[in-house]
Amino acid sequence: MTTYHLTVNGAPAEVDVPGMRRLLDVLREDLALTGTKEGCGEGECGACTVLLDGAPVDACLVPVCQADRGDIRTVEGLAAPASSPGAPAALDPLQAAFLVTGGAQCGICTPGMLMAGRAYLDAGGGPDHDAIREAIAGNLCRCTGYTKIVEAIALVAGAHP
Amino acid sequence: MSPVEPPVTSPTDLAAAYAALADPVSAAGRARPIAGGTDLMVALTGELGAPPATVVDLWRLDSLRGITLDGDVLVLGALTTYTDIRRSTTCGEHLPALVQAAMTIGAAQIQNRGTLGGNIANASPAGDTLPVLLAADASFILGSVRGEREVPAEAFWTGYRQTALAPDELVLRIRIPLRSGREMRFRKVGTRRAQSISKVVLGLAWRDHGEMPDTTGPPGAWRDVRLALGSVAATPIRARATEAVLEGRFPTPETADLAATTLADELHPIDDVRSTAEYRRLVAARIVHRLIREAGGW
Repeated sequence: MTTYHLTVNGAPAEVDVPGMRRLLDVLREDLALTGTKEGCGEGECGACTVLLDGAPVDACLVPVCQADRGDIRTVEGLAAPASSPGAPAALDPLQAAFLVTGGAQCGICTPGMLMAGRAYLDAGGGPDHDAIREAIAGNLCRCTGYTKIVEAIALVAGAHP
Repeated sequence: MSPVEPPVTSPTDLAAAYAALADPVSAAGRARPIAGGTDLMVALTGELGAPPATVVDLWRLDSLRGITLDGDVLVLGALTTYTDIRRSTTCGEHLPALVQAAMTIGAAQIQNRGTLGGNIANASPAGDTLPVLLAADASFILGSVRGEREVPAEAFWTGYRQTALAPDELVLRIRIPLRSGREMRFRKVGTRRAQSISKVVLGLAWRDHGEMPDTTGPPGAWRDVRLALGSVAATPIRARATEAVLEGRFPTPETADLAATTLADELHPIDDVRSTAEYRRLVAARIVHRLIREAGGW
């Protein structure tokens, strides 16, 4: 066991775990952040995509020792906290766009899609559908046929030219 | 099966990494190095064979990062990621085929972690950068407690998933000589554009010395031809019979036909879950035919 120091969604988090524990398991089991999903567990599906120092990674392929001192963003960090107790959280514009276009169906791919899309938007990506499709090429969806997800990302990209 | 969590050390300098790898550890076996983890993390489930007993994490070895020019040699640190390669103006200018290969590997998540040294050391016959490295006459600097040595890419992959690396040795740097007038092409055939493992992947390099038979004739004859392929044998290979056919010839329709026929005869791929031997032979020959046609402008 080693103590690793992470920043998760802006807040410091310390975990005392084996260094080869997958970042996915640290998030879900040790930090109880179950928004990040496990799909294939081998880097094929992108369901576990989180941002590590701003870059999308498959959390199933990153041992926590390699995330030490890292800045991690998960789907839980997208919405702004509620302004007052009982009030709804303010969704990230990308989450709101998924609702508008119908980009979320069964929900398993959604957290990963949101994080891959958020990384694309943060890097200044535009509404071009081909570029968006490349940005989410590492994320599989079996429900939507991708079109609505691409439209959601394009909607946000187009709103901030 | 839930993944195992073997003990790991994260050295921050090469000497400590060498020492950790040289330590015979225990009866459970030697430590395995991990770079970007895109192969090794999958092995932790044990579904692909025995998972490593202990692990040495290379990620903090910053001396193994960076893309530089050493005279007329392009030098890439082993921890260079595919994203680093894609963003490198040096690679884009001097070896665009390597950038193209990097773009076809996985997708953003894999490209952000997977490393060139990992692709080399993992020694999959389907490693997408490996035909480029072979076709570019790359060599690898290996290091261990015993010091450093240089091994040509040609001599590195010794059998299926076998390499010239000693158990305690690391790939440190990749050296690629830049040759004036060298052209290189990269092609990969997979089931889809992203996240696919190659059915056939190849790199074709030649130098065009501009020996024009007449001003309206075809471009110059090809010299120093290298044709390297992945996913068609137990290791990445060079197709030497086809190279010999192309050497000194002009990229004419006759040359393309001859090269395609020679390559189809020369390759002995296998049927497996991703493709068939027949498809691989056919598609490799067609790609080479097409590359020659494009180069010849006919």
